[in-house]
Amino acid sequence: MAERTKAHELAEMQREISISEFFTKNRHLLGFDNPRKALLMAVKEAVDNSLDACTEAKILPDIYIELQQLKEDRFKVIVEDNGPGIVKEQIPNIFGKLLYGSKFHRLRQGMGQQGIGISAVLLYGQLTTGKGMIVTSKIGAKYKAHYYEIHIDTQKNEPIIKQDKIVEWKNDQGTRIEVELQGIYQKGKQSVDEYVKEIALINPHAKIIYKTPEKETINYARGIQALPKEPKEIKPHPYGVELGALIKMMQATRANTVSGFLQSDFCRVSSSVAEEICAKAKVNPRAKPVTIARDEAESLYNAIQATKIIAPPTDCLSPVGEEALIKGLKKEVDAEFYCAVSRPPSVYRGMPFSIEVGIAYGGSLEKEGAIRIMRFANRVPLLYQQGACATSESITDTAWKNYGLSQSKDSIPAGPVVAVVHMVSVWVPFTSEAKEAVAHYPEIIKEMKLALQEAGRQMYSYIRKTVRAREQQERVNLFEKYIPELAGSLANLTGEKKAVIQESLEKSLKKGMKDLLAEIKEAEKIEVKGKNIAFGEKQETLEAEND
Amino acid sequence: MTKQDPKKELKEMGLKIVEQIKKGKNPEITFPLRNLSNIVFDKKTRTLKLGDKEGTRSFFNVAHAKKFLQTVEVASVIKEKLLGTGKHSSLRDVFYMVKRTVPGTNVNLVDEQTESDKAIEDLEVITNLSREQMHVNANKNGSVAGKVIIEDRGDTIDWSKLGSGGWSIPSNVEEIKFKKVDAKYILYMEKAAVWERLNEDKYWQKNQAIIMSSQGQTTRGIRRLLQRLYEEYNLPIYVLCDGDIYGAYIYSVIKYGSIALAHASERLTIPGVKYVGITMDDIEKYDLKKHFIKLDEKDYARIKQVSEYEWFKDNKAWQRQFKMMKDFKSKVEIQSLSSKDISFVSEKYLPEKIKNKEFLD
Repeated sequence: MAERTKAHELAEMQREISISEFFTKNRHLLGFDNPRKALLMAVKEAVDNSLDACTEAKILPDIYIELQQLKEDRFKVIVEDNGPGIVKEQIPNIFGKLLYGSKFHRLRQGMGQQGIGISAVLLYGQLTTGKGMIVTSKIGAKYKAHYYEIHIDTQKNEPIIKQDKIVEWKNDQGTRIEVELQGIYQKGKQSVDEYVKEIALINPHAKIIYKTPEKETINYARGIQALPKEPKEIKPHPYGVELGALIKMMQATRANTVSGFLQSDFCRVSSSVAEEICAKAKVNPRAKPVTIARDEAESLYNAIQATKIIAPPTDCLSPVGEEALIKGLKKEVDAEFYCAVSRPPSVYRGMPFSIEVGIAYGGSLEKEGAIRIMRFANRVPLLYQQGACATSESITDTAWKNYGLSQSKDSIPAGPVVAVVHMVSVWVPFTSEAKEAVAHYPEIIKEMKLALQEAGRQMYSYIRKTVRAREQQERVNLFEKYIPELAGSLANLTGEKKAVIQESLEKSLKKGMKDLLAEIKEAEKIEVKGKNIAFGEKQETLEAEND
Repeated sequence: MTKQDPKKELKEMGLKIVEQIKKGKNPEITFPLRNLSNIVFDKKTRTLKLGDKEGTRSFFNVAHAKKFLQTVEVASVIKEKLLGTGKHSSLRDVFYMVKRTVPGTNVNLVDEQTESDKAIEDLEVITNLSREQMHVNANKNGSVAGKVIIEDRGDTIDWSKLGSGGWSIPSNVEEIKFKKVDAKYILYMEKAAVWERLNEDKYWQKNQAIIMSSQGQTTRGIRRLLQRLYEEYNLPIYVLCDGDIYGAYIYSVIKYGSIALAHASERLTIPGVKYVGITMDDIEKYDLKKHFIKLDEKDYARIKQVSEYEWFKDNKAWQRQFKMMKDFKSKVEIQSLSSKDISFVSEKYLPEKIKNKEFLD
């Protein structure tokens, strides 16, 4: 008998790690880094799912969110929607199996992208409290509501059903989840409160009721009655596919030939384009896709990059739209001026995307300090990692001084402004799985900057018109303050009576107010041109005379 | 220059304004423009002067109001607190005397010293008074030595008995009385270090001269002192500068006046002044090429600018110097003469050049 080697020993220790186990140990990859963030992630994943489901089912969403504080660091999260519900058989898989879902395999603008969210919440809750998730769902008035208590078998990545019963439910349809987890509730820029406010802003078609741990109920009313256009699913564009994915697709395709595969599994590939790719790659277009070797696949991959293929269709996107974005802003931000810009769709790495920017200016917004940035991707607020986000780069790169804000070099401008930047795409490139920051693709930054500039121009024209007028009035008021000063100085200089001089000046001011306002306009025109109005100013001094 | 009563002048300016106010008019002050567009070179007197363009500053004008107030307030402060008490102050003092917040606003009457400085310059052109006559002085700057005895505020000062430092020239030399002046000429130099060399070598004693310097640009006080000695004692003035375009301009300011002080040309310029060195010809003659400092872009730009000034444009001798500067692509410092001997400048260079009348005019 062969001797037992070290390799045998090691082999006993080597075993497959289930995805559930992996995430148990690497929860930060999903955004559950700390209890504060975990609470936010739970709400976020559940609400994102609810909104996505409603959009797909063409239902105006009514969402109820409740946080109950059970202990110092233990919370119950409840999220309920009026969505289409989930058929009984699917409930355990959707909630109790990581990476299960319909979203990962297709290209379509949606809130969740990786299908990892809600089951990760269950897993986190189970890890920190030992309890599972309670899911109630009803798919129509004629159907019964199903009630499940679900856990996850972390070894097998399989759901464990602890309870399964039929219950009475007041609603006609919808889904309700309840989960207990370890968390910390704090207010501020990265709080659940902020998330709910922002999601209401970017989804003005949704009605949201939020009950805070302090038992305060906040109503976010519906701003528009129209449903957003349903995003269409598209096939991947050849430019966006990576080599590994290409190989996998060829294994899975139903097409019989490479040429057929290229045409049917991608968008924008005609038979002539397919032939061209195959010719460049020196691959037989009639070959069976499954027989293509790795290095042939690489040739195909390279040939794709070298072939001119028209950009993917962009009608698959569903931006919020300028009007709705303004309504959302008006609803949630108390300002005096609002504008929004939706850029036409563009493409990065074969993926269609579109950028929207909204700006709220003035009113009760804080005048001092940096402007407030709200970032969104596919209608989901991004609350963490602002500095790492393409949004930040595009904002600091824009010359805000041209638009009436102050800005020091390479930094966020200052002023009473809330700037919303929203990216919609069939695939938003995040910098990490926690989906907190948009990656820095030059095409994306360029579009963001164009949108910011256009919105900036609209804001500036408002500032010029109204704010400047207000300042002008303030300057006229200054005369009233200057008069006693001048009268005093002149009295000292000449020995005349101050009161007499002051009275005459005040009379003149009243008489001449209209002319003064005209003068102000004139003076400003000249200021704009950069000319000096008064003498003795901006002298061209050719010498630094020491006198 | 006529003898004026500064207090009266300022009061009269004020009275004119009050008169307009009482008539219900928008009060204005009119005075010559002081910007480059209104600087002219007067060919007859060969000095820079203000042209006849006038500006008007009125109170009920958004762009002018604050400046109007500043001008009147500065005038009032000078009349009351300086002329009224007989005290003198610096420009900085005036700034603090004027600075305050206008009640009911967050506006300061002046935010920076440049604003009160400008107001004083404005008063100079409005009233034709000099800053010194208004008891406002700049920092003293520069040294002088020679066989001269003066009286300054009751003290008698002998310029030949002040050791290594010499007499430091105040910014206001109007009230100085000359008791005895025993000199054949005045040597003015750009560099204090060269002055110290000449003073240590007792140049003024050996050559019967007055030596004077500042550091860099020539201040008003020095220019006025030079002018008084030139006019009252008919002393020739020779200027010693680095062999570069900036040296030429220092000479030019003393001789023709400056753009910033064109309104005061009458009191400050000395048309008879001559340039003794360093000239471009000295470079060959005294073998200074090994001490060349390369010209940079700024130097070339300045050469172009200065050579096109009206008062240099037709001056062949100077145009030749400018061309040589460009050909050499270099400049030299006065102190490069020290490579021969530390006292070469005082014992050989200057006496020789002055004796042979090797001047540029």
